[in-house]
Amino acid sequence: MIMNLLAGIDISKLLGLALRTSIGVQSAVFALAAVGLNLHYGYTGLLNFGVVAFMAAGAYGMAIFFTQGWLGGSILLAIAAGLVFAVGIALSIGLPSLRLRADYLAITTIAIAEVLRISFRSQRLLDLTGGPFGLPSIEDRNAEVSFSEIITVDWNPINDGIYGFWRLRFDEQTLWVMILGWTLVLLSTLLIWGLMRSPWGRVIKAIREDEDAARALGKNVFSYKLQSLIIGGMIASLAGVTRAMNTGFVETQQFKPQTTFFIWTVLILGGAASIWGPVIGAMAFWFIIIFVEELLRQMVDSGWVPEAVLASNDIASVRMIMMGVMLGVLMIWRPQGLVGKKEEAQIDVR
Amino acid sequence: MSDSAPLNSFPAEIGSSKPDPILTVDDMVRTFGGLRAVDINHLEVQRGIITAFIGPNGAGKTTLFNLITGFDKPDSGSWVFDDASIGGKAPHIIAQAGMVRTFQLTKSLAKMTVLDNMLLGASNQRGERLRYALVPTQWKKQERQVLEKAEDLLDRFNLAHMRDEYAATLSGGQRKLLEMARALMSEPRLILLDEPMAGVNPALVESLLQHIENLRDEGVSVLFIEHDMDVIMGISDWIVVLAEGRIIAEGTPSEVSKNPAVIDAYLGSSIAEELKDV
Repeated sequence: MIMNLLAGIDISKLLGLALRTSIGVQSAVFALAAVGLNLHYGYTGLLNFGVVAFMAAGAYGMAIFFTQGWLGGSILLAIAAGLVFAVGIALSIGLPSLRLRADYLAITTIAIAEVLRISFRSQRLLDLTGGPFGLPSIEDRNAEVSFSEIITVDWNPINDGIYGFWRLRFDEQTLWVMILGWTLVLLSTLLIWGLMRSPWGRVIKAIREDEDAARALGKNVFSYKLQSLIIGGMIASLAGVTRAMNTGFVETQQFKPQTTFFIWTVLILGGAASIWGPVIGAMAFWFIIIFVEELLRQMVDSGWVPEAVLASNDIASVRMIMMGVMLGVLMIWRPQGLVGKKEEAQIDVR
Repeated sequence: MSDSAPLNSFPAEIGSSKPDPILTVDDMVRTFGGLRAVDINHLEVQRGIITAFIGPNGAGKTTLFNLITGFDKPDSGSWVFDDASIGGKAPHIIAQAGMVRTFQLTKSLAKMTVLDNMLLGASNQRGERLRYALVPTQWKKQERQVLEKAEDLLDRFNLAHMRDEYAATLSGGQRKLLEMARALMSEPRLILLDEPMAGVNPALVESLLQHIENLRDEGVSVLFIEHDMDVIMGISDWIVVLAEGRIIAEGTPSEVSKNPAVIDAYLGSSIAEELKDV
């Protein structure tokens, strides 16, 4: 009976695809954004529901700077421009709303993210952002060089070929972007680790616990919150930059609000306020999504699930339902996430 | 009693001037709608002694604390701490100036250890500045000094055995102790304690009172709020009685307890309240 059940299921393909995605560029992108959100929410307690605004700022800032060929069209300068744009977003969110209660920040962040995305789409900015079409190939218009070509070909130290084993094989371009992405993840995680073990991190955590207590002890809460928003925002903007390196284009559909909630899922899944939580969370997120999707697909294809119950083109939505169910289950049995501290999660649960 | 001016040398009248005030408040008004929660013409708090604010519920004690420490803004008024005008300054600036407060509802930082709570209290830490945070060599030395001071204070407040526990695991009384000890980390010149005895196990009250007296003997000026008359009489050097936002009396405990206005406003109201239940 069991053999029968497994007959239509290709386990090697199932695990292979899921694993492949969980170590892929997309996973690194989510991990980066979650590292930034972890500083905001996990450590500082800032309810940032506009993570995607920082990703968009990074990607578009870089892409616009590069396509316009400003300052000689250097890639590193373009990436720096993306970071500066993210700082600007952090300031424009933080200056008006960080003095107010936490929920106002939540509203402001979600609004700024949408304002930014819709502005990028507007016809008025067609020359700069490409409007609804985005920037299909990020290339310097004056020099006619493409951003992704420089990164994945010119700067690529890896020889042409296919690397890896089993189902985890990648060509030299994908592999190179993966290395870049995960290196950024590692560096930003180290940055957070270094900051959080310092007295600076102690103040940040105190603000999460009780702002007024921190104020009463002479800490400039507003300034620390702004610093946290800026640093986390810059890390999240690198997520946008990394995604642009991978896809070679930017468009506004990549920065819809749902991405923000995926990043939140990643953080909660992995464990907020833990150093490796965002990384583990991103890998687990993509593993689960792809595993469920592929399993359903194989079950439909092999006839275990009749077409009347679930058609192949519905699978993409079902996997999100499964994700929601899993997050709910996790909240009940493991509120600290996969690698969070159990004792911490149990405090304040009365 | 501290070795500064003998207390009976300054007059027990409202707004009386003190020989060496650490805090002076002038014309402070705070209204909430039609209610004048705080309305004070002149108040001086003497340096080096224990001063208590007492008054029935709603007298404006905590509001006055919030105003002095910058957590609330008065409609008008000015106040001077140790010759520096701090009116209208942000709470953290006032705390840095040497005037640190605690809260009526304790604000222990639940998901941080008792020790981290203490370390946070120290002021002027280099490592709290972003540009040094990533370079431990810049702050390790100071961190060791801060750690020493924290362990010393935890010892004194009988919290040493809890140092690595989350603050959330402390009892109500221990949290009060922790909050007081944490405030002392910054070596304040004036410490404001908002009902330090409220909700504390009676067995701990005695030791809390002892700590407050020790503070004074070490030269810290103490200003605290309490509405339990019995507690206050034994420990305070000077009492300021508030009712409905105004100061209705000032003086030493024995002077205040004989003051007819106080008996009327304070004891009278509590008797009236008791009668209501009958």
